[in-house]
Amino acid sequence: MAHAYTPGLKVVPSIRLRRRRLLPIPGEVRVQVGDKVKGQDIVAQTKLPGKVHLVNVANRLGIAADELRGVMRKKEGDQVYANEPLAQNEPFLGLKFLQTVVPSPITGSVESISEVTGQVILREPPRLLNLTGYIDGQVVEVMPKSGVVIETEGTFIQGIFGVGGEAHGPVTIAVDSPDSELLPEFLTEAHKGQVVVGGAHASWETLQKAKAVGVSGIVVGGINDKDLRQLLGYDIGVAVTGQENIGFTLIVTEGFGVITMAEHTFELFKRRQGHVASISGATQIRAGVLRPEIIVPGLLEGRIPEATERGALTVGDPVRVIREPHFGVIGRVSALPSELTKIGTESCVRILEVTLEKGERIVVPRANVELLER
Amino acid sequence: MSATPELNVILATDCGSTTTKAILIEKKGDVYRQTYRGEAPTTVEAPFEDVTCGVMNSITEVEELSGRKILEGNKILTPAKGDIGVDIYVSTSSAGGGLQMMVAGAVKTMTGESAQRCALGAGAIVMDVLASNDGRMDHEKIERIRQLRPDMILLSGGTDGGTISHVVEMAQYISAADPRPRLGQSYRLPLIFAGNKDARDKVKEILEAKTALYISDNLRPTLDKENLMPARHTIHDIFLEHVMAQAPGYPKLMGLTHAPIMPTPAAVGSMLEKFARAKRANALAVDIGGATTDVFSVFQGIFNRTVSANLGMSYSVSNVLAEAGTENIYRWLSFDIDEQDLRNRLKNKMIRPTTVPQTLQDLHIEHAVSREALRLAFDQHKALAVGLKGVHQERTISEAFDQSSTGESLINMMSLNYILGSGGILAHSPRRVQSMMMMMDAYQPLGVTMLLVDSIFMAPHLGVLAGVHEKAALDVFYHDCLVPLGACVAPLGEVKEGKKAFDFTLLLPDGTKKEGEVIGNEVVLVPLEGEAKVVVRPAKGLDFGAGPGKEFEAPLTGGVVGVIFDGRGRPLKLSPDTPKRRADLERWAKTVDMYPTELL
Repeated sequence: MAHAYTPGLKVVPSIRLRRRRLLPIPGEVRVQVGDKVKGQDIVAQTKLPGKVHLVNVANRLGIAADELRGVMRKKEGDQVYANEPLAQNEPFLGLKFLQTVVPSPITGSVESISEVTGQVILREPPRLLNLTGYIDGQVVEVMPKSGVVIETEGTFIQGIFGVGGEAHGPVTIAVDSPDSELLPEFLTEAHKGQVVVGGAHASWETLQKAKAVGVSGIVVGGINDKDLRQLLGYDIGVAVTGQENIGFTLIVTEGFGVITMAEHTFELFKRRQGHVASISGATQIRAGVLRPEIIVPGLLEGRIPEATERGALTVGDPVRVIREPHFGVIGRVSALPSELTKIGTESCVRILEVTLEKGERIVVPRANVELLER
Repeated sequence: MSATPELNVILATDCGSTTTKAILIEKKGDVYRQTYRGEAPTTVEAPFEDVTCGVMNSITEVEELSGRKILEGNKILTPAKGDIGVDIYVSTSSAGGGLQMMVAGAVKTMTGESAQRCALGAGAIVMDVLASNDGRMDHEKIERIRQLRPDMILLSGGTDGGTISHVVEMAQYISAADPRPRLGQSYRLPLIFAGNKDARDKVKEILEAKTALYISDNLRPTLDKENLMPARHTIHDIFLEHVMAQAPGYPKLMGLTHAPIMPTPAAVGSMLEKFARAKRANALAVDIGGATTDVFSVFQGIFNRTVSANLGMSYSVSNVLAEAGTENIYRWLSFDIDEQDLRNRLKNKMIRPTTVPQTLQDLHIEHAVSREALRLAFDQHKALAVGLKGVHQERTISEAFDQSSTGESLINMMSLNYILGSGGILAHSPRRVQSMMMMMDAYQPLGVTMLLVDSIFMAPHLGVLAGVHEKAALDVFYHDCLVPLGACVAPLGEVKEGKKAFDFTLLLPDGTKKEGEVIGNEVVLVPLEGEAKVVVRPAKGLDFGAGPGKEFEAPLTGGVVGVIFDGRGRPLKLSPDTPKRRADLERWAKTVDMYPTELL
């Protein structure tokens, strides 16, 4: 049987990591391998095809579709300006005031003219799309016309869920302890453009204040689903996020509810206070899991510790329980019995025993814990 | 077609999004039985990016358990000789998101629907249905086509000989959008045109340069005829040649199998069709997964499939809440829970989808959600499993354009004989009666209906095998795949609470009788494993299929649960009074022994 799917969220002081930056359609890469880039530098750009507009010229002129070519003033590929005549009919008895002209609604070009439907398709000029580096680092690979790979060294913290796209700003801690609530009054004008780290929870009022102040990001242990719905204006059905336009990026490290931020995570944020972070709320919980992240370039310890390959869960591993009745509790694995055990629901599952900080021991299905990766 | 091959040892795999499952089927005497199974994580993503790694791992597990040597390096040994090799290897796949399609038709409720049925029946997830009259502005349609990155597009529209302008218009939208395929940068997006044959030249002119264009027979040649099979075959061919070929490791996998790889849902649908045909019955099947819920039905020999892409028990659990509404989840709970707590719990399940309920309260919540997911997916199925529209009305296409009436639904619960459930929540419930009650509450079967579960989701393997050896597939389906839960016996009509709804006699093959009475708003469970005949005598106004108040007799088959005589009435109405509703739920659960008593 497969063990717990949640691979454990990474919370590491120093790591070397890479981010692939890709254009949605082919374009031009503006950097080279070896270049040092900043998160907000443009590394590649492309032209997105312009919006399409349809004009039913045949209807507008009261002619059959197959007569369209005869009245067109423009042909496929021609440039056209807004209000410039696109087509016009022959004036009745040569009387100009009886002539009907179909003007172009946009500035752009003529894409197609259909003698079947009587429609003319116009396209706006292409729009420039700039792709930024996202993280401060070095270009280590260039995919011609597609994008680049940027490598950096620094602190890496994954959240469990987020909303909002990529953002940047200095890390600042706005609460005393990981179990404190981030209250609206803790946010001031000074937090504008910053990545504000709270404790166990941020309420709707706090999130509103964050938007008003103009913070770059909010990182907290938990939020209530009700507040998220209010923030977005709709209920999130599936966890595929990153495109929301809510004025800042929100990253939740533990889950839904009021949940103390893991001490280790909170302490790490404290150590990186004042440093500029690159953050992303993009979350995708399907095949190819994507979690929100906070990346703070720059090494804490002067060197990157040897990467240790994570094996199966072992006795002594720090874990977080991720389901009721012990949701949010953190402890260490104290036993891993191999036989199937009947739990409260009468299901027979593989379980483990977790010893909590004060010595209490609890039994939890293995599927209901995640490893705290450090 | 050649005669059925002589097969003694069969290997089948299903490459799912997360797990690849292998089964070994062996001939024991005259009957085929599933003997060993193995599973391994699917490997279509980094760092492996080769589906065959997961396939080999799952087969290795089968080798270890069975002691049969199947692999030599990365090759499958054939034919079987003693303890070495297998006679045939077949596979299905839904890895990497399965087959994702966009369909387009001229009129949304006519060719749009036909195209949707065609794609769904081929095993696809339909990302969107575009039509001339779908209510969107033209530029919105184009934007939508551009945003979607399907594996292929199915374009239909118009009856043969009818007007071509609507379908040409759709072709122009697609051309203007210049859509791109989901996988692979370098190949052109496959597009199947299965519309008015008179429009073929125009469609070619517009789309040939921008897409990999395939022409198939019109799937709606006349208003009263739907011809889905040619386009479905084309979809399968393209799925293999283009889509699969782009997926990591699939060219290798295609080289290993002895029959074409089928999309998983297409294989499940094929198995259900074979089952319904063999039983000469109407059947409904559901596969409720973490992300999606597939519903299949065969009524009067007509097969339909729908996929509710965002109704599921983990990844999509929050969407069930959003679509059903909190009150509809609440109505199935016999205890009080704060709304905020309930919502947070479901969101936490969404972000950590593989957790399992540890408490009975949590299990109850999951069962409440599943009833709603099953109900919503079934509603969507009923909306699409309908007769053709405009059939008996002499209208031209342009007149028909305005018609909003829908065809008659093919789903008739009174004539439904079997309900087959699969997916974690139904297959792995701690007590089988929980699965039975969930399906009864969601589907509200009428008359006499048999309920079964596919305990280890073997239907995909068997569906693809059925194409090669139907007997082997059906043998395993009956003996190893399906777990009979029992029968539900329920009348149509409103019951009077506290008054007799009906009485029944169960006649067993040994001549013994079991008799009983069912009071309105109550359920009665009679344990029964084998076959029997039931005679029911309903109160005035209640109908088991013979007419209101009339005695009804039918054969039935019990199962691990037995026969549940359901006197709650149809449609099932839960009391609006919360304390009474909770008391009703508790009493029904107790009567059928649904949960351990400590919670109740």
